[in-house]
Amino acid sequence: MNLTLHIWRQKDRNDTGKMTIYKLEDVSPDMSFLEMLDVLNEKLEVEGEEPVAFDHDCREGICGTCSLMINGKAHGPRASTTTCQLHMREFKDGDEIFIEPWRAEAFPIVRDLVVDRSAFDKVIQAGGYISVNTGNAQDANCIPISKEQADIAMDAAACIGCGACVAQCKNSSAMLFVAAKVSQFANLPQGQAERYARAKNMVAVMDDQHFGSCTNQYECEAACPKDISADFIAQLNRDFMKAGLTK
Amino acid sequence: MKLDSKIPSGPIEKKWDQHKFDMKLVNPANKRKFKVIIVGSGLAGASAAATMAELGYDVHCFTFHDSPRRAHSIAAQGGINAAKNYQNDGDSIYRLFYDTVKGGDFRSREANVYRLAQVSVNIIDQCVAQGVPFARDYGGYLANRSFGGAQVSRTFYARGQTGQQLLLGAYSALSRQIGAGKVKMYNRTEMLDLVLVDGHARGIITRNLKTGKVESHAGDAVVLATGGYSNVFFLSTNAMGCNVTAAYRAYKKGAGFANPCYTQIHPTCIPVSGDHQSKLTLMSESLRNDGRIWVPKQQGDKRKPSEIPDAERDYYLERKYPSFGNLAPRDIASRSAKEACDEGRGVGETGLGVYLDFRDSIKRLGKDVIEQRYGNLFEMYERITDENPYQVPMRIFPAPHYTMGGLWVDYNLMSTIPGLHVLGEANFSDHGANRLGASALMQGLADGYFVIPYTIGHYFASHKIEKITEDHPAFKEAEAEVNQKINKLLNVKGSRTTDSFHKELGRVMWDNCGMARNKKGLEEALKKIPSIREEFWNNVKVLGENENYNVALEKAGRVADFLEFGEMMCLDALRREESCGGHFRTEHQTEEGEAKRNDKDFSHATVWEFQGVGKEPVEHREQLEFENVALAVRSYK
Ligand SMILES: Cc1cc2nc3c(=O)[nH]c(=O)nc-3n(C[C@H](O)[C@H](O)[C@H](O)COP(=O)(O)OP(=O)(O)OC[C@H]3O[C@@H](n4cnc5c(N)ncnc54)[C@H](O)[C@@H]3O)c2cc1C
Ligand code: FES
Repeated sequence: MNLTLHIWRQKDRNDTGKMTIYKLEDVSPDMSFLEMLDVLNEKLEVEGEEPVAFDHDCREGICGTCSLMINGKAHGPRASTTTCQLHMREFKDGDEIFIEPWRAEAFPIVRDLVVDRSAFDKVIQAGGYISVNTGNAQDANCIPISKEQADIAMDAAACIGCGACVAQCKNSSAMLFVAAKVSQFANLPQGQAERYARAKNMVAVMDDQHFGSCTNQYECEAACPKDISADFIAQLNRDFMKAGLTK
Repeated sequence: MKLDSKIPSGPIEKKWDQHKFDMKLVNPANKRKFKVIIVGSGLAGASAAATMAELGYDVHCFTFHDSPRRAHSIAAQGGINAAKNYQNDGDSIYRLFYDTVKGGDFRSREANVYRLAQVSVNIIDQCVAQGVPFARDYGGYLANRSFGGAQVSRTFYARGQTGQQLLLGAYSALSRQIGAGKVKMYNRTEMLDLVLVDGHARGIITRNLKTGKVESHAGDAVVLATGGYSNVFFLSTNAMGCNVTAAYRAYKKGAGFANPCYTQIHPTCIPVSGDHQSKLTLMSESLRNDGRIWVPKQQGDKRKPSEIPDAERDYYLERKYPSFGNLAPRDIASRSAKEACDEGRGVGETGLGVYLDFRDSIKRLGKDVIEQRYGNLFEMYERITDENPYQVPMRIFPAPHYTMGGLWVDYNLMSTIPGLHVLGEANFSDHGANRLGASALMQGLADGYFVIPYTIGHYFASHKIEKITEDHPAFKEAEAEVNQKINKLLNVKGSRTTDSFHKELGRVMWDNCGMARNKKGLEEALKKIPSIREEFWNNVKVLGENENYNVALEKAGRVADFLEFGEMMCLDALRREESCGGHFRTEHQTEEGEAKRNDKDFSHATVWEFQGVGKEPVEHREQLEFENVALAVRSYK
């Protein structure tokens, strides 16, 4: 199929950037979206134009590196699917496709479609862990955890930290990301000792990092490629309130 | 180059304990005076960085990823082994040790493998304490599954995302130390050289991928945990960024490189769909529990699979290995698939594929059971191929997946360069010529949490390490070299893209140094690779400048190293005149087509010493002694 691509090009953080149009012919429906961009880049390079920079690594939907806004949707049209797992058969001959980076104050643009998501790391550094040094652990089976509880923790832990939730949210809120980490530990016995301090500290840094506030639109949940439930946000809110009360 | 494996004396069960007691210690108050440079933030690097910072060392950790959480370890699916014997099925440290030595086709170092099996139990404890949500049974206790090459159930898992959960555990421990100011983390920073002062590893040269700035970092020891080199084949199951640069540049500075030809080709990956293919996707080994592998008996049979009656199908693994059947080990399953395709019986448009069929198990167990077991994998398969594996058999084909070779290390995980330590997939030690499923995660975390934190202290306490800074001439010299190489790449201004060279190299490697190798093919590859490399340096086109985020430049540097490294791989494969594990030389096979080891001449690790680009490296050998496991023919019939 033949496509018209509108791609955001921006040389560096200080450049103003603009949409640039590229025509691409003979795209196979079996290509992944990123392979389609590989083909474009190969062509651009041969023609002497610098390739479009985009983030990607595992191409298996698990590392959370890929991050494209495709036709206004984080990770594109297919639900529960990262950009790297999206295939061109979702598109048809003659389509115009608009490709942009994640846009959020907390995620400054590095180049073209690549953004800096280290704000997420900072939030985790503020409390997204259980404080246990190597060597402190008792036998793993000393802490029985019901299957249901373990499954809930796993549902929350499945977050890949891609930032689609922030990109899709009109407030650029990181609540779903923070809630997923807080809920993973809040649902495990090992996580209880630091439970409320964790919620409080992570939220404080989230605010510091210029993420917006949550107004319960749940765009995040819809955009999440790993189907992280917005119910976890309610859990975060409860733990955060409790942290305030117990202070 | 002297290869002293430093294996402690005494009975194998006591070696590690005794060694821990014998090693010198660094006083707690003095630890902060030692600066450790760690390159890599995967399972091995992140666990090492977190643990050493907890102990009080001044840790500086580097990754080319935008966050330590994105290291390739994140992609591991199936699970992690540990000799917990929670299933009461007869597992033990000794059995895990035995299985690993046998699975590696008797080409690993016994003492290291035994220690690995010993600390495996601590890994699970540590990860659970960190909040890793391993699968549980209804009583609330940890669940296990079985993996190839073992007759006990010892694999711990977190759905199909074990690597992700383990890495997030290590990342959280690392993040805690970064937050506490104990680890300085450098994201999007690529190590481009190792710096030696008076023969010791004293620092690295890096390039900041966002600004292009080339910088020096001096320290008291360097730890590489930079992963494997499967991407030398261009197409592999590894993440796109995986590369050999850090290990290879250390090799060029004098670190011995062991067994580069030991590569693992995983039997169940989604086949190539066209020239645009950028990487290959693994389908978990667990599928072989219920799927049956077959090809048509007839060559060139183009009928739909449903139209081919049972009598005209060849379930070749069941036929050739009746006792292991579809669960034959990876190397054997991969080679059999290749044979079937070479005979013209492969399926799919390209003829490079075999069927993995769930028809019979769906009939026997019902679709629901199959969905519960493999639902997410079936979905992933459908997303990629647009075919529904509940209705038509999956098509699979082998793909490069893991590399057992790596920088040579002694029992303390130190390379032949004093002060340079190597962890995880980047070293060569524990898996011999073939790795068992679910053992790489175990090894990465064993190295990082439970080995290096002890052995590095011994290194510091037993050497007098002069303080140096980045002003030392050795750093200036190395920086100049790195800058020169970058400029050279940018100034070739030729007409071919980096990817086109990478693909060309990959094809040569796959055809001649892949699943089956022979003298003729390897000699041919040894002629072709230097000429591809020469063309690369005369005709590659790398656009843009250094002082910016420049993906093309990053990639070109990595491919340049693969173009040298591939040659060493082929040479190693040529010199190893035997078949063992993942290294199959067609000249060395039994009448039934099985791998034929030559223990008399090849019971050693081959360690290569760099002599110059295009010059043949010098070969050294570490003789492997088997005192606890008797050398035997690996049989899975
Ligand atoms: C698809 C897939 C599935 C797998 N499943 C399993 C499984 O179920 N069980 C199992 O046991 N094993 C599995 N493996 C193997 C296992 O995942 C890896 O061997 C292991 O995770 C490697 O860990 P590592 O820490 O050594 O390296 P990696 O996780 O690869 O980390 C390398 C790190 O080094 C950094 N780095 C590299 N070079 C440089 C440089 N020059 N400068 C700066 N930083 C650098 C990277 O940024 C990264 O942080 C699987 C592998 C694949 C490909
Ligand atoms: S590239 Fe890893 S999730 Fe898409």
